[in-house]
Amino acid sequence: MKHIDAYRNGDLARGLAATIAAEAKPERQYNFMEFCGGHTHALARYGIVDLLPANVRMVHGPGCPVCVLPIGRIDMAIALALEHTAIVCTYGDVLRVPASAGLSMQKAKARGADIRMVYSPADVLQIARNNPSREVVFLAIGFETTTPPTALVIQQAQRENLPNFSVLCCHVLTPSAIGHILTSPEVAEWGTLPLDGFVGPAHVSIIIGSAPYEPFATQFNKPVVISGFEPLDVMQSILMLVRQVNTGRAEVENQFTRVVTREGNRAAQAVCEQVFELRDSFEWRGLGEVAHSALQIRPAYAAWDAEKKFTLPYLRVPDHKQCDCGAILRGVKRPTDCKLFATVCTPDNPMGSCMVSSEGSCAAHYTYGRFRDIPLVTHP
Amino acid sequence: MNTTAKASYQRPLDFKRGRIDMNHGAGGRQAAQLIEELFVQALDNPYLRQGNDGALLDIPAGHRLVMATDAHVISPLFFPGGDIGSLSVHGTLNDVAMLGARPLYLSASFVLEEGFALADLQRIVASMAHASREAGVPVVTGDTKVVERGKGDGVYISTTGIGVVPLDCHISGANAKPGDVVLLSGSIGEHGMAVLSQRESLAFGTTLVSDSAALHTLVAAMLAAAPNGAVRTLRDPTRGGLATTLNEITRQSAVGMHLQEDAIAVLPQVAGACELLGLDPLYIANEGKLVAVVDAPHAASVLAAMQAHPLGHAASQIGVVTADPHHFVQMSTRFGGRRVVDWLSGEPLPRIC
Ligand code: SF4
Repeated sequence: MKHIDAYRNGDLARGLAATIAAEAKPERQYNFMEFCGGHTHALARYGIVDLLPANVRMVHGPGCPVCVLPIGRIDMAIALALEHTAIVCTYGDVLRVPASAGLSMQKAKARGADIRMVYSPADVLQIARNNPSREVVFLAIGFETTTPPTALVIQQAQRENLPNFSVLCCHVLTPSAIGHILTSPEVAEWGTLPLDGFVGPAHVSIIIGSAPYEPFATQFNKPVVISGFEPLDVMQSILMLVRQVNTGRAEVENQFTRVVTREGNRAAQAVCEQVFELRDSFEWRGLGEVAHSALQIRPAYAAWDAEKKFTLPYLRVPDHKQCDCGAILRGVKRPTDCKLFATVCTPDNPMGSCMVSSEGSCAAHYTYGRFRDIPLVTHP
Repeated sequence: MNTTAKASYQRPLDFKRGRIDMNHGAGGRQAAQLIEELFVQALDNPYLRQGNDGALLDIPAGHRLVMATDAHVISPLFFPGGDIGSLSVHGTLNDVAMLGARPLYLSASFVLEEGFALADLQRIVASMAHASREAGVPVVTGDTKVVERGKGDGVYISTTGIGVVPLDCHISGANAKPGDVVLLSGSIGEHGMAVLSQRESLAFGTTLVSDSAALHTLVAAMLAAAPNGAVRTLRDPTRGGLATTLNEITRQSAVGMHLQEDAIAVLPQVAGACELLGLDPLYIANEGKLVAVVDAPHAASVLAAMQAHPLGHAASQIGVVTADPHHFVQMSTRFGGRRVVDWLSGEPLPRIC
């Protein structure tokens, strides 16, 4: 694991921090949004915020796939398990997300629903083969990173003509979410959007490449630096953003060159193209309906589309009325601005999307950073 | 455990192909046979041989009793570095030892699922016997029950340990004081990751083995290295990992803690596997590690005693106890930043992205 340690070297970090501090102009404010939950997590877990000068502020974006999954979609999965007695499989931390009627997938499981945690969609396919008399549904969530594996199992199910397997597709798209943040009418309502640039997604970009971010640089005049998830990657990307802002550039730069290319993974893109098409609109938790921001299964694969197979109604479930997620996900407010933060809304009892998974901005601040809000206690 | 059936009138248990059936728990001849041919054979000691439903025990004078009990439910039952049998001995011995006590006796109760292979049960009981002998603490009484197929996960084992502690020894999670030093006996996360690596559907290749071990001799060495009262708190960071244990102590003692991330050892295999699954080693279970809060003047000698013991050779000072009304466990990261090491919310589940 030498590889990992190389990206976590404290001395290098302090050196980078000093360079950022030296190059960030004291007279101006730098607000950068890290889109991905993975970056939010790295910033919080390694205490990177402490290393940045006060005028460089990181704003957490909506890039946590579990956080932005609307409650109504989890309700659908629970209904499949409880009412249609299907075996419903999904990735780890989705199980904990609160759903309607005081349920979550975990709680539904305790009520007798057959809900299973899997590490890959291929496992779900195997479960379907092993249980021919049961319907087996994969609740597929995530950004572009997790989409190709879902596409592959749908194709595999078609090849095998597996009749008892289907996918409840909730895959969403990164560029549309970033675009939405920059253009949504709510933002105009709140006033100025204080974003000077984006730390671009790592894993997502491995698939889609860096090209899809180019419109943000040109149209919106916002620099984007695609960044790896290791703490040093994130710090280097922040420095690159500071430099772009200082020199008045707005380009897509790639810090994560060891993995990301401009074109991305063509083979993965082709598979997704075959299986999925754009949805007209999809609800994001915290952001509301976002046009062309998610994928659905193409009619050619309708037999493996759980939404068609089971005719599931989608019911919109609003977040708590006082929840400020919408403003937080767009960078207009901070977690501590929300009245519910750490009182009504905690990681054990989340009210809004930002508190749902540890990568959400409210949860990250609650879990790793809340000591900053109160007077620090010094050593004895 | 009374067995009057003459062995020659009965076919011996078929440990190769045999399986547990409902009769093994019915209290009749077959139950007696299982106890005699498996449990008493493997765990053999004078107390067990008395064949009573309970055990009559001697307790040294000038001591208080410590009792701890633990139910063991684990999947898979066998994992690199151990199995449910040895784990059920180590876990309970450690709970007794964490009060500074010398464990003396164990009891064990088995809930077996109908259909469970006798060969596997034999392996588990043999491992339990080995662990108890190695620790020098006999299993003096026990019980077995059988549940119908589908109503148990093969085997559940519940163990109770009894130990003794001198009248003047007071170790508790409530004793930590600002200025004390926090010691950790070795690297973290091995047990949890070794078990995870064997989970069906996950099975990743690793050289990792569980750290499962009985810690009472390490505790004895630590206590001998400092005057009474110097070691304030002992705890083994099992389920919930180091983070949870430290939060328990700060809450119980109404103090805070400040840790140094780079002093907390994590094996590269554990760090790598955690990275892959999006888990934090601070929250991963251990079964052979302990945390000690020691008053500052004696921390060096206690640490030296730990490092001189095979189970504490990688021990280190990981932080200090602070006065903090919020009872936060804070950590200076290797990066020079700070974060809270919080309670875990729910079970640690792998991240997606
Ligand atoms: S604290 Fe909770 S309710 Fe408030 S914005 Fe964050 S997630 Fe929403």
